[in-house]
Amino acid sequence: MTGSANGAAQPAVGGDVLLEVRNLVQEFVLRDFGGAKGGVLQAVSDVSFELHVGETLGIVGETGSGKSTLARSVIQAPPPKHGEVIFAGQDLVHLPRSALKSARRNLQMVFQDPFTSLDPRWTVSQLVAEPLIAYAVGSREQRRERVHALLELVGMDPARYGKRRPRELSGGQCQRVAIARALALEPRLILCDEPVSSLDVLVQAQVLNLFEKLRADLGLSYLFIAHDLALVKQVSDRVAVMYLGKLCEIGPVREIYREPLHPYTLALLNSIPSPDPAAEKRGTDSVISGELPSPLDPPSGCRFRTRCPRAQERCAVEVPEMRALGDGHLVACHFPLSSERPGAALGTQPDAVVATVADGQVSAG
Amino acid sequence: MAGLLRDRSRRTPSVDTTAAGTDAATAPGFNMAHSPLLEVADLQVTFRGRVGTVYAVQGVNFNVEPGQTLAVIGESGSGKTVTAQAVMGLLPPSAQVSGSIRFKGQQLIGLSEQQLRDYRGRNVAMVFQNPERSLNPVMRIGTQITEAVRSHFAFDRQQAHDRAIELLRLVRVPAPARRFYEYPHQLSGGMRQRVLIAIALACEPEVLIADEATTALDVTTQAQIMNLLLDLQQQLGTALVMISHDLGLAATYARDVIVMYAGKVVERAPTDVLFGGVRMPYTRALLQAIPRIELEPHVLLPIVSGRPPDLTTVPAGCPFAPRCPDVQPDCREEAPPLREHEAGRWWACWHPCGKEPAT
Repeated sequence: MTGSANGAAQPAVGGDVLLEVRNLVQEFVLRDFGGAKGGVLQAVSDVSFELHVGETLGIVGETGSGKSTLARSVIQAPPPKHGEVIFAGQDLVHLPRSALKSARRNLQMVFQDPFTSLDPRWTVSQLVAEPLIAYAVGSREQRRERVHALLELVGMDPARYGKRRPRELSGGQCQRVAIARALALEPRLILCDEPVSSLDVLVQAQVLNLFEKLRADLGLSYLFIAHDLALVKQVSDRVAVMYLGKLCEIGPVREIYREPLHPYTLALLNSIPSPDPAAEKRGTDSVISGELPSPLDPPSGCRFRTRCPRAQERCAVEVPEMRALGDGHLVACHFPLSSERPGAALGTQPDAVVATVADGQVSAG
Repeated sequence: MAGLLRDRSRRTPSVDTTAAGTDAATAPGFNMAHSPLLEVADLQVTFRGRVGTVYAVQGVNFNVEPGQTLAVIGESGSGKTVTAQAVMGLLPPSAQVSGSIRFKGQQLIGLSEQQLRDYRGRNVAMVFQNPERSLNPVMRIGTQITEAVRSHFAFDRQQAHDRAIELLRLVRVPAPARRFYEYPHQLSGGMRQRVLIAIALACEPEVLIADEATTALDVTTQAQIMNLLLDLQQQLGTALVMISHDLGLAATYARDVIVMYAGKVVERAPTDVLFGGVRMPYTRALLQAIPRIELEPHVLLPIVSGRPPDLTTVPAGCPFAPRCPDVQPDCREEAPPLREHEAGRWWACWHPCGKEPAT
């Protein structure tokens, strides 16, 4: 079955703020031999953003950029060192334990590896019913019906799969179970930490479409973490780019991809291999060199300066503040890529690229 | 490791005759003009286990020319890694291999472990997916490289040391003289992958097989490693076989592409021709399922339902028929052979897409 290429309703962007993160800092103390303090690793450093009702915020960055730590700090597992996480008007950081438990009902998480995030000894029905039992929702009979409905919602036949255990399912099916579990308590926000990275491309497309369908049907908001920029574009309304624990750039998805302002965003965009060989062949020069510096000893000033082709003296001295350049498009860079190089990331005519893709689909279908 | 392949050498000749060779007529080389470096013809690999016989590779044909970049694309379970292992002679003893794998005309199936050891490294080398698991964690980087160097060349300690430093420099590891004495855990994922490439290149192989060599890396590191591999290929004239699930990677870096599904090659073409218009509905499904940066946000991807077939049975028809949106009754009756339908373009499909049915 091939799905239609345009079915999703446009999201209500600019609605009420559902989640607000202010100056969030998360640190881990490293221990040397004998428990001596070996240093402090600042995994997330002064990150602020908002997420609106019905919106998907994509978070991209390399391994070690602090994306997952950010998501875990939002659900208070563990709570951040500094900063505020205001979800639906409540500051989660300072909530007492019992209140935090009830707040977490509205805040669920889907992890990367579906096999390790599901208990191998439990059946699918038990796994999906667990959150309902934990929050004492309904009677036994009502819970059974709800599990049925949830499995159908994620596209699994309850009669066929309800009694199976995770090892009897494929990766995509396990991820569907994980999503059903996350949906069980009717949350308002789902934090997805690389939810499709371990899946094959055809299964990945199925799960991505499921996320889109659920968003449209249930009015969910997502915080969608991934390292794949093309995938993030697929699901997001706004995108935040992280580098070494800091936010580099945040803005509406179309602007970020059409006109990235931070040199790191451009470098990430240039690193994506495109399945269209007609797309410009890149030279070695457009690929950023070097590696992520150690987060134990981040570079002074702008953290990206050691790999940045535009870095100057000022970048080593002064930490760039987040500033708005355009509507809702914020960037932390002293020398942002401005409109002097239009469409620098994707060749000169993005419209033409879209047209050839559309043609390809017409001829292929 | 030693002895893994010994009993295969005894077993193989008898199995060889049982090859089902349906495609045998079309099997010989894709380019007969010049003799290929590596020639795989009607390769079949089966595993006998408690769950039954798994037909992992069912009649694969391809050639690798000197200096070529070939991408082998497929999902997990499509047989791409097993094919690579067969070419390297690294299959476990439970595997039964038939067909032919020739390197410069020499038949590799049936060689003894000692002969294979000589062939590996010098002629064909491999870079694996997971650099953490491929390197020995308690051995210094330098020792692991010199071990590879000295197993094939009669170098003394100093010569091997110099060669290892040279190799580290070749794969652009910064400060190679210092890295030589470091352990794998002191390096990042990208650096470890560079060390593995250095080990693979130690004996100047003519074919380098990269099995998902960049899958575990970040996109920026992936671009660095791919550029390194292509530079080295031009510098040394090595043929590169990239095994990957990522069509984007193939489109960007390879010259020719082979698409595998359920142990079979379903399409083969030069990269620009293939992506100009695919013929096999499976390749089209793969291509359409990739989120692309050119697409608008929230566009639903065209999907195919179902999952790859169970390889314990060989279906009568086309293996993709149960999932294919263009399936016709005849697809379920006879499996389409892989044939060269247009110059340089091979596909295995009765009803190829993007093409009017032959009248």
